[in-house]
Amino acid sequence: MDTFIQLTLTGLTNGIILALAALGFVLIYKASDVINFAQGEFLMIGAYMLYAAIVQIGLPWSLGVVVTLLVAVLLGVLVERLVLRPLIGEPIISVIMATIGLSSLLQALVRMIWGSQPKAFPAFIPSTPVNILGATIGADRLWAIAIAVVMMLLFAFFFQRSREGIAMRAVADDQQAAMSMGISVKKVFAWAWSIAAMTAAIAGALVANIIGVGPHLSHFGLRVFPVVILGGLDSIPGAIIGGIIIGLLEAYVGGYIGGGLNQVISFIVLVVILMVRPYGLFGQEIIERV
Amino acid sequence: MISGTFHTSYRSDMALRRTWLERLRLGLFIAFILAFPFLVGKKPYPLFLMNQIGIATIGAIGLNILVGYTGQISLGQGAFMAVGAYTAGILTARFGVPWWLTIPIAALFTAAVGALFGIPSLRLKGLYLAIATLAAQEIIIWVVTHWDAVTGGVDALVVPAPMIGSLRMNTDFRFYWIIWALAGLTALLTANLFRTRYGRAFIAIRDQDIAAEVMGVNVFAYKLLAFAVSSFFVGVTGALIAHYRGIVTWERFTIDVSVLYLAMIIIGGLGSISGSLFGAAFMTLLPAFLTNLGRSLRGVFPAMDEFIPYLQQASFGLVIILFLILEPEGLKKIWDDIKNYFALWPFSY
Repeated sequence: MDTFIQLTLTGLTNGIILALAALGFVLIYKASDVINFAQGEFLMIGAYMLYAAIVQIGLPWSLGVVVTLLVAVLLGVLVERLVLRPLIGEPIISVIMATIGLSSLLQALVRMIWGSQPKAFPAFIPSTPVNILGATIGADRLWAIAIAVVMMLLFAFFFQRSREGIAMRAVADDQQAAMSMGISVKKVFAWAWSIAAMTAAIAGALVANIIGVGPHLSHFGLRVFPVVILGGLDSIPGAIIGGIIIGLLEAYVGGYIGGGLNQVISFIVLVVILMVRPYGLFGQEIIERV
Repeated sequence: MISGTFHTSYRSDMALRRTWLERLRLGLFIAFILAFPFLVGKKPYPLFLMNQIGIATIGAIGLNILVGYTGQISLGQGAFMAVGAYTAGILTARFGVPWWLTIPIAALFTAAVGALFGIPSLRLKGLYLAIATLAAQEIIIWVVTHWDAVTGGVDALVVPAPMIGSLRMNTDFRFYWIIWALAGLTALLTANLFRTRYGRAFIAIRDQDIAAEVMGVNVFAYKLLAFAVSSFFVGVTGALIAHYRGIVTWERFTIDVSVLYLAMIIIGGLGSISGSLFGAAFMTLLPAFLTNLGRSLRGVFPAMDEFIPYLQQASFGLVIILFLILEPEGLKKIWDDIKNYFALWPFSY
């Protein structure tokens, strides 16, 4: 029973962080139909920016977080403006390859600046073990869950209440109709990319706090795929629930079956989902028969 | 000056090379390939690069059949190559099958695996298919690294040197002829494939799958066939790598390889055989060029050595993005533009 609770807690934290990374991914797809293969690099850059701001420049925590978020917004807007906008209307493969090229470029830039060795992250959240129902878990993981949940609530509020959030939903629903209602689709794309980069940066900071800063953080970019397919590519609640399911699944498989199967189980689930229900648990169902 | 190409017989109309200029260019290219080892005085480094290009060309043509001609995006190229390499390697190392026989066997086995992982294309296309093949990539490489009994797991698989009589074939000079003979054969087969009903069905599926179905093309069967044919050539590539390098490790077949080959066909030109060659050459020579540039700058910037890998990675990403934005049809288009310019010279505008 103790193992079970332990695994559940670990899986839950991993899942929540995955969900946070997936959130930005879904947001971009929803708004602009682009699959962002560079999401993992966004996450990594977020972590490195926080590292640079706090350790290398020596800013206080609060200011460091603000600077990181600003850089993330800038990154998102630049990427949208310089890489994705010229490719509007191009075939899917071009867009996929552009974001893959982008991931390679960003990865290389980060390594040029900070080298390829992982660095210890100064724990801004204490990792003292906490006892829950007989299982121990680092307090940093609990904080990660709490921060992620707050982020998601903010998201929900943004989409339900704010003017920009509603504009974004309108664009996701129907670009032409949104445009004819006076919504600037370009602005919405820029919003989507900067918010995605921001959530990725926060997810990156949370992961870095647990496992340190390094180029390996970009692996989250690939791990996002099973999450978004399971939840549905265009569903924000799907990304959250999918993240938690995949996180738990990987933890249970790793704990009870072992043999490294946890590294690949999510991709097996991904294939099964694609075969049975390509639109995922909550995605919009598009039927096309050929 | 040629005002146009006018054919007076079906024979000339259907020929692969239709004008004397095209035949001349092909002849010059073949002559270059034949003369190259002697031009460089059998030096290992240029031959090694040329062999890399030849191997990559076969793989790029294979991927182009699937992505460029049939329109099915695949991120599983690296894993399919691993299947070919490991099949050839294991057959030679463990079962003593002659090395030349392992190449077709590996190709056929890879074709079967490719067709198996093409099954999701029954329901999926575009983005979703790309993600499904990404999963195939991860799953196959996981199997390769965890099925210790067969593949040797994460350890390198040592492949005995290919021999003809008492001649060891995998020197840069001797293997050059094998690689380029197979590359030529691949190009010829592929060029002819797209003059048959099968090839035309592939193109019809790419252009409009619903229209293809209406015209009586069995879309599902032909998609699977495209996966199989494409994987066949990818398997050849894998087998060649196994025999050329004499060692097979999973690290050579990661997702990065899939991306590299996609980059080759996009930069070279989708749906084009010469484009595959251009792309393979470009993506092989670019990192080599950067390495040499970095080495020659070593005197000026001593830190250059550790910088080179990052520079290669950055230029890889940058080149993809720049090509997609500035010349989405790739090097093939640039080459065509040059040809067209001179076709009407001096009255071109």
